[in-house]
Amino acid sequence: MSKVKKALESKLAITVFSIVVSFVVGAFFLAIMGISPIEAYAKLFSSIFSTPKNMAYCVVYGTPLIFTGLAVAFSFRTGVFNIGAEGQFVVGSMAACVVGILVPAPSIVLVPLCFIAAAVAGCLWGLIVAFLKVKWGINEVLSMIMFNWIAYYLSNYIAGFSLIHSDGNAEATKNVQDAARILFPESWRDALCPSSNWGIFVALAAVVVVYIILEKTTLGYQLKAVGFNRHAAEYGGINVSRNIYTAMAISGALAGIGGAVQLLGMGARISIFTSQESYGFQGISVALIGASNPIGVFFAGIFYGALKYGGSKLNLIGAPSEVVNIIMGTVVFFIAISHVFRFTRIRKSKKKKEGAQ
Amino acid sequence: MAKERHVDLGTTVIEMRNITKKFGNFVANDGINLTVHKGEVHAILGENGAGKSTLMNQLYGMYPPTSGEIFVNGKKVVLDNPKKAIEAGIGMVHQHFMLVQPFTVTENIVLGMEPCKGVSLDMATARKNVKAISEKYGLEVDPDARIEDISVGMQQRVEILKALYRGVDILILDEPTSSLTPQEIKELIDIMHSLTADGKSIILITHKLKEIKSSADYCTIIRMGKYIDTVDVEAVTENDLASMMVGRNVTFTVEKPEKEPGEPVLQIKDLHALDYRKLEALRGLNLEVRRGEILGIAGIDGNGQTELVECITGLRRATDGSITVNGIEVANKPPRFGFENGVSSIPADRQKHGLVLEFSVADNMILQNFADEPYSHHGFLDQAAIRKFTEENIEKFDIRPRDCAVKPAGTLSGGNQQKVIIAREVNNDKDLLIAVNPTRGLDVGAIEYVHRYIVEQRNKGKAVLLVSFELDEIISLSDRIDVIYEGRITGSMPGKDADENVLGLLMAGGKKHE
Repeated sequence: MSKVKKALESKLAITVFSIVVSFVVGAFFLAIMGISPIEAYAKLFSSIFSTPKNMAYCVVYGTPLIFTGLAVAFSFRTGVFNIGAEGQFVVGSMAACVVGILVPAPSIVLVPLCFIAAAVAGCLWGLIVAFLKVKWGINEVLSMIMFNWIAYYLSNYIAGFSLIHSDGNAEATKNVQDAARILFPESWRDALCPSSNWGIFVALAAVVVVYIILEKTTLGYQLKAVGFNRHAAEYGGINVSRNIYTAMAISGALAGIGGAVQLLGMGARISIFTSQESYGFQGISVALIGASNPIGVFFAGIFYGALKYGGSKLNLIGAPSEVVNIIMGTVVFFIAISHVFRFTRIRKSKKKKEGAQ
Repeated sequence: MAKERHVDLGTTVIEMRNITKKFGNFVANDGINLTVHKGEVHAILGENGAGKSTLMNQLYGMYPPTSGEIFVNGKKVVLDNPKKAIEAGIGMVHQHFMLVQPFTVTENIVLGMEPCKGVSLDMATARKNVKAISEKYGLEVDPDARIEDISVGMQQRVEILKALYRGVDILILDEPTSSLTPQEIKELIDIMHSLTADGKSIILITHKLKEIKSSADYCTIIRMGKYIDTVDVEAVTENDLASMMVGRNVTFTVEKPEKEPGEPVLQIKDLHALDYRKLEALRGLNLEVRRGEILGIAGIDGNGQTELVECITGLRRATDGSITVNGIEVANKPPRFGFENGVSSIPADRQKHGLVLEFSVADNMILQNFADEPYSHHGFLDQAAIRKFTEENIEKFDIRPRDCAVKPAGTLSGGNQQKVIIAREVNNDKDLLIAVNPTRGLDVGAIEYVHRYIVEQRNKGKAVLLVSFELDEIISLSDRIDVIYEGRITGSMPGKDADENVLGLLMAGGKKHE
């Protein structure tokens, strides 16, 4: 067990190191633009940590990213690359929206119904891609990118239906019924932030479920076997195609639920998109930073959410909020090449030992 | 067999003195000495992981020794990269060839030192040069053939030529026979002798005793990183070499009680199947394996063995014919079906098919049984039960290191990885055991062990189908031998009176009584 612990620790060390370096890189770009990095980072951190309200916002921003992060991490572990979490998120969100507007039901029925609709939509979106892959060997990365766009335009198309389109001039759907919202009670929200919602607890539950599936069940065993070595899995009698379906279905459902959480917790309605919202793509970063580990993903999601929220306040001092994207990009970059770091570090420590002997 | 000797004991070309190499706390080489003379074939013998390759990699400049000195032609040298080694006249042919597949033989040989005319390549001269060396040493190759089109034996010649083209006098061959046919091995040994006749020296890394006897002059034995001895090969027997290598007495002959085979378990009738290029690889193959019988399939790689095994295990579609196990048709069924109806197998490629290297040994032990009691209940794995089962088998099958249950299978040595697979398959307790090259890349100690288990299965009344490129293995284990050639069984004989030459002829496509 100590070996596993060590590996985790070293992964954590690399993550922390990457984050520190990324802030230095971000500072460099800020300095080029003539903005004091110290001032900008002071603003960033005060926007995150100064008040309970700010911290609550960070959690709210991070919650949907935990879901897309989990979706991508789950797919990584099971040998498919779910770059389509974006599309699954969008269809999930739209499914929840349609149900949330149209179905007259009390909260206790409506909320679960919205979540189920979102999960099913995301799941289907993933299954189509899995079907194309299994049936005709179509590369899932390609078809997922296309399905992201199909989801994007489908969402815009559905948002235009008069039945759910906003009655006013807004280029958006109506708001979902209040019964469908998952906001915290009024008094809690006063103490935290207006958007504080139960989503974070749903996310925690999802983290636990994914962890149990991957580590404790025969289903997770099969999925991981296929992910690591599909040849050996097949040789051992595991049905590889069925596992690709299962992996994509679960991954898609997670992203879809993420869409519902975002809608029912924060947005309340879906605007006509003018560009991809990128929750799914940010999920890839979250999965990488979280080392594809459900618990890691949880913290990585909050981290990303915090930077997103803090970054949005940078405009106030004239710094571009895109700095946050540079930082995130750099973190991912360093984690992606961490193998190289680990390699050289091991070699160096070896050399040192040899020298000492 | 009379062996040519060209050793010039007066001229020392390589001397490695007191070489120690440490990786962290692990001592891979511990004070090893090696002296190689001009015109000598010097074998380095040791089990897997004994430190043979580590020693040679230092000579070839892949990494420096922790301590110790290397002398080439009497001069002390520091070899810190392969380029320096080549300049010092040392060349190495690795076990896995490093050739550019779509390039021709000539292009591969001259790669990096192409003759030029102005700015353009002078391939005509290159071709002429290649032809000249290849004729000089009797290393026949077609200079214009593409690597992807030529056999493994030919590719090896290209590797040797590549080294010779760079003017090396000392050639290191790392496990050169591991993928060659018996015929090709004979040819390689001839080539080695024609090189030593010309004053070149050869260092041969191997764990095959027969080849040492038939090709080497001297042999240095390494065991667990330590220098054991250097012996004159003429003066020792294979048994002596084996016990020096393993550190205990080793038996080669497999004890096999006479046994009357029972009713048929595996029956294959008129089996047809395509290979990955969609060409017909099996063309009406018939065979039968009975209870308490080992049927050996002898044949040169690429005559349908892979496809045959894949058809039985459900990984490949049969286009025609039938495969039955205990009377149940298993052709064109998923792998799981065959498994449930009595098929277990030790796959040829243990790292690709046999194990999930990233999984722990414990997780690998239950690859087919993870969903069954007692390893899981209602979809949840029972780690304690899995662990217990694994620990028992680690003990029973002598899998090392002893605390490997939670370690990734990829960290084990080849022999121990194979033991994990064997432990798993033996526990599956199926009527049919298929073993494909079960001892490939294993050392003598592990081979003995694997053979014992295969025979034990037969003695327990299982049917065993043994597919191997090692003719010795087929002959010593099989009760009956079928020869496969171009997708058909072209000859069959009882194992006890099998003759290597007759088999060799049949494997090459000859007829039995001609």
